[in-house]
Amino acid sequence: MKKVFKLEDLDCANCAAKMERAINKIDGVQAASVSFMAQRLSVEADEARFEEIMDQIVHTCKRVEPDCRIVR
Amino acid sequence: MKGFSLTRKQRKNLIRIVVALALFVVLFIIDRVRPLGEVFSGPAAWVFPFALYLVVYLLIGYDVLWRAVRNICHGQVFDENFLMCVATLGAFALAIYRGATGQTIEGFDEACAVLLFYQVGEFFQDYATARSRRSISGLMDIRPDYANVLRGGKAQRVDPSEVAVGEVIAVNPGEKIPLDGVVVSGASTLDTRALTGESLPREVAVGGEVISGSVNVTTRLEVRVTKAFYDSTVSKILELVESASEQKSKTENFITKFAKYYTPAVVIAALLLAVVPGLITSDWSVWVYRALSFLVVSCPCALVISIPLSFFAGIGAASRYGILIKGSNYLEKFNKADTFVFDKTGTLTKGNFAVTKIAPADRAGEVLRLAAIAEHDSGHPIARSIVARYGKEIEEGFALTNVAGEGILAERGEERILCGNAALMRRYGVKFAPEAGVGTVVYVAKNGAFVGSLLVADEVKPEAKEVIADLNAMRCKTVMLTGDNEAVAASVAGELGVTSYRASLLPQNKVEEVEKLLAAEGRQGAVCFVGDGINDAPVLMRSDIGIAMGGVGSDAAIEASDIVLMQDDLRGLPLAKRIAKKTMAIVFENIVFSLLIKLAILVLSACGIANMWLAVFGDVGVAVLAILNAMRVNSKYTAKKGASLPREAAAE
Repeated sequence: MKKVFKLEDLDCANCAAKMERAINKIDGVQAASVSFMAQRLSVEADEARFEEIMDQIVHTCKRVEPDCRIVR
Repeated sequence: MKGFSLTRKQRKNLIRIVVALALFVVLFIIDRVRPLGEVFSGPAAWVFPFALYLVVYLLIGYDVLWRAVRNICHGQVFDENFLMCVATLGAFALAIYRGATGQTIEGFDEACAVLLFYQVGEFFQDYATARSRRSISGLMDIRPDYANVLRGGKAQRVDPSEVAVGEVIAVNPGEKIPLDGVVVSGASTLDTRALTGESLPREVAVGGEVISGSVNVTTRLEVRVTKAFYDSTVSKILELVESASEQKSKTENFITKFAKYYTPAVVIAALLLAVVPGLITSDWSVWVYRALSFLVVSCPCALVISIPLSFFAGIGAASRYGILIKGSNYLEKFNKADTFVFDKTGTLTKGNFAVTKIAPADRAGEVLRLAAIAEHDSGHPIARSIVARYGKEIEEGFALTNVAGEGILAERGEERILCGNAALMRRYGVKFAPEAGVGTVVYVAKNGAFVGSLLVADEVKPEAKEVIADLNAMRCKTVMLTGDNEAVAASVAGELGVTSYRASLLPQNKVEEVEKLLAAEGRQGAVCFVGDGINDAPVLMRSDIGIAMGGVGSDAAIEASDIVLMQDDLRGLPLAKRIAKKTMAIVFENIVFSLLIKLAILVLSACGIANMWLAVFGDVGVAVLAILNAMRVNSKYTAKKGASLPREAAAE
């Protein structure tokens, strides 16, 4: 299942790249892309575990770029 | 000024920067007039200027310090906050060291200034990015804000997503059509410019389909909604443009990967620069200072930010002309496109038949009149094209007889008109002048005597020849694929000037032809396939870049292709190619420019020529310049150099 989320206060392009790398490493994420320009995160992940994976993604986002918030 | 709108966060930052800058300047001037280090004497004289500058430093840099500490706690070491902190705190420490060892007290101002300029640069970077983001998404200003739905006889203003399929909405003049639908009452003119780049207004009347995103110009319309908001054209297009920057280009991936190694490498180089010559010369403060400048330039932001921004601007510029590019990667690949494969019918030609020649010319009116009488009852495209060309009232009272596979016999009293192919003429023993032109020939005879012939063929699009010439001039191969026979194909190919053509192809053969081109030896460029998207989805998918024409309202075409020309106008191709070329040129400029400046500053600071001020410029200054350069992508384009499209003038 693919879902798109808006990102708030994503201020630096390098952080976006770091976030994307970190999210792609999360178990269960098939593909993730962070667009700095569109301020969007798109995640493709297991449908059954989606919510749990999203929690992990939010956690990762907090670690890599604490200023940025994922709008769920 | 409308463009100068800041967010709350930006405004707060700006105030902070201005206050800190004012304080800094005052302090700096006082320090020059009456050195602060001499106010007090003794070994602790440095404490006074240190304390004053520290106030400015903390005011301008508290967030950077805080973020650096927080990110280290999260295991993110090499981020720019940390690097700036190390560099500036290092400069402070050096100044304290000088003061404490009795050397001249200096360097406090520099540490403050570096952080101050870093913040100014960050502010501009942030502002420029937000600005360009807004100006580009402003080009796609097609999102409707509301819908006037008619419920219980009254118009209610609701969000477009709340309107169900089958409901009727009212669209007043000047309003955007919020959802796809069919007109149930009223007739008006629609402006589809924002959607397709087409400046010519479209007329609609009852029963006509309307597409969301177009603007109603003249009169009030009532529209029965046929698609829910998320299915409507406007949502699909917005989704497509917004997700385009998620499909990353190779260049972008390369740069982010490069950035990942660049920062640690520069930090290690800085460490070595401080330690090795420091040990040899034992002149520690000089080498540590040079190493600190290294840390300032080690942020990869200028590079990382300017690449996606350039692509985003390129995609935005294209969308302004009704060209939707579905990802940065396609824009990148399209620049390398050197083979354009066209489907003939519906792409290079209009896909409808028209009378292209009437012989003999001096009896043209009579030939056409007689042919129209015979053909007016038939539904065949050829017959319809003849009737359409005649365009006048057709004489009645003829008895029409169909001669299967040969033509039509029309009789009224003594009059007897024959209209059909050569076989029909021979059957009735009429001597006729054979027509050698390409297409379908219709011969006309009256009362046993030959009158003339009509040549009916598919019409070539008016811009096709110019576009093919333009593409050939760009050193691209142009290949035409068609299901028509050799003679027709050769003639059209000759007229258009395509590099090569393949005739008598079945739909599945088209995929094979494209695969042959894809497998060609020594191929470097990308192979594009241009089609109308109706039944060429497999070819669109198989080619490197699938380009669908006239995409408005055709979901299948938008789905299967990588680039969509919203307007059924081939001139979008060279235009898209120019945009791709310019985007890639700017991407390249930005990479080279940022890397060269960074490298130069690294070398200069290692030799002790560049100071930390210049290093800050090497970081944020370069980023701002790269962003400004990226915005150049978004300038004006024409399909052909020097020539301007009519829609171009209207796009402004």
